[in-house]
Amino acid sequence: MSRNSQGRGEAWRSFRTATWLGWQIESNWADPFVFAVYSLVKPLAGAMILVFMYAVIAKDGLASPLFPAVFVGNAVYLYVPSVLSGISWTIIDDREHYGMLKYVYTAPVSVFAYLTGRGVAKAATASVAVVVMLTVGALALRLPIRLASIDWGLLAASLLAGSAMLAFFGILLGGVTLITARHNYGVGEAVAGGLYLLCGVVFPLDTLPHWLAAVGRVIPITYWLDAMRRAVLGEGTAVLSGLSNGLLVSVVVGSTAVLAGLSILAFRLAERRARARGLLDMQTMY
Amino acid sequence: MSGAGAWTTFWRTVRGRAYPRVIGAQREKSWVFFEIFLPLLQVTAYVYIYRAIQAPAEFVGFVVLGGAMTAYWQNVLWSMASQLYWEKETGNLELYIVAPTSRMAILLGMALGGMFATTLRAAAVITIGSLLFRVSMTVTNVPVLLGVFVTTLVALYGLGMLLSSMFLLFGREAWHFSNLLQEPVSLVSGFYFPVRALGRVVAAAASILPITLGLDAMRQLLFPAMMANLRFLSAEAELAILTVAAVVFLVLARQGLATFEALARREGRLSVRGQ
Repeated sequence: MSRNSQGRGEAWRSFRTATWLGWQIESNWADPFVFAVYSLVKPLAGAMILVFMYAVIAKDGLASPLFPAVFVGNAVYLYVPSVLSGISWTIIDDREHYGMLKYVYTAPVSVFAYLTGRGVAKAATASVAVVVMLTVGALALRLPIRLASIDWGLLAASLLAGSAMLAFFGILLGGVTLITARHNYGVGEAVAGGLYLLCGVVFPLDTLPHWLAAVGRVIPITYWLDAMRRAVLGEGTAVLSGLSNGLLVSVVVGSTAVLAGLSILAFRLAERRARARGLLDMQTMY
Repeated sequence: MSGAGAWTTFWRTVRGRAYPRVIGAQREKSWVFFEIFLPLLQVTAYVYIYRAIQAPAEFVGFVVLGGAMTAYWQNVLWSMASQLYWEKETGNLELYIVAPTSRMAILLGMALGGMFATTLRAAAVITIGSLLFRVSMTVTNVPVLLGVFVTTLVALYGLGMLLSSMFLLFGREAWHFSNLLQEPVSLVSGFYFPVRALGRVVAAAASILPITLGLDAMRQLLFPAMMANLRFLSAEAELAILTVAAVVFLVLARQGLATFEALARREGRLSVRGQ
């Protein structure tokens, strides 16, 4: 067997096993019903906060022209903390809680495939929540989401490119987590919280001060969210209305390629540093 | 041990368990930063939602106050309710159990230390949030405002002590349960909008959580004009209910600790790790 095909086989096996392991860790603490309720109640409650804010305050209530884009943006954004925190948290969980990270490194495992697999388990749970939220939006809140009018091609392209982008973002954060102690939990949450604010998830980007909006415009997640909005609703936000669908997806694909290079490089550097400093089996009583 | 000796041990335990939160928690600067920065990020996002829909300026104040109170709820969830689970995972729980002291003293120390540390963070969130978003508050009745704030904290941490003893029975689900109690509680307690918007029945049900009534009362006392038509109950009535809740939660916490500890002992859950 050639070295390349052996490497591919190892990556696929690592990915598959990590996805299964991640799913078990995510779900087997409760029976399926409790787990389903848990997975849905939290994101639905978050969405309902927005619903009430609009219903109570906005001049047109839920009929506000901003609301559909805000609701869909908020639903789709569930993927971001799930994958970002999911991958970076894997480092902490395996290193400090289960004490397994050193064994991952001593086994014939592709670490990138392993981390991505753990992220997939989180993304799977998030996917169910996203679908339920969009269904609630369509049926209960009468948002203009119709199966017949969804741009499935754009949706598939955006989802695929966006998932890869988030996975590389997660690996980048995983690298940071690998060489930091005690404050690890804040990294994923802070980044996800910052992106929630800067990417115009729940308000139009131009509501932010100019300099913050400019930061939001260079973050690829802003473009990805708008591509998803266009796929689901038929229209995105006014701020990016000058860009065609093709251009939006191209921005996401191009930035994913750049991010891939950066994150792999950064992770390898962090890994080398972690090995040199003996951090792979660090215990900080997180 | 004599009565006086028992009290001395009790208070020394309270002091000892509060110490890591009063002093230790301030030493890790990154924690202090994240615990102020994360609520502020959320507050900022909600402020811009209100700005986007051109809400009255007072709503920005509601969000800033709600964001500050979020710090307390997070502390109750992660540093009270889940604490004994962490202690179990790190092997400290057995030491608590064999130590010649009251477990209530340990919980009380956790609560007092948590209140102190979180008050520093909540004050920072209110100060920074108010300055950033130019929030103007009108304090109409300082003694009642202080009374509501302190009573809310006592009731809230009493609930935290109760949850903490219940969580003795939990394994990994402790983490998930705390995680689950974030957004739903933010929704039903009206962290980012007046709770009355949910309807009187939901608001009444949500009043089991002290932070619901505490927030509503504090908003009435800080934004009287805007809250005149948005309040759930009068601030005085809410203070009275909070006072009762504080006593009830503390009593329940004491009974709950004895009951759940005995149950966890019988079922052998006190020393099970990685479950």
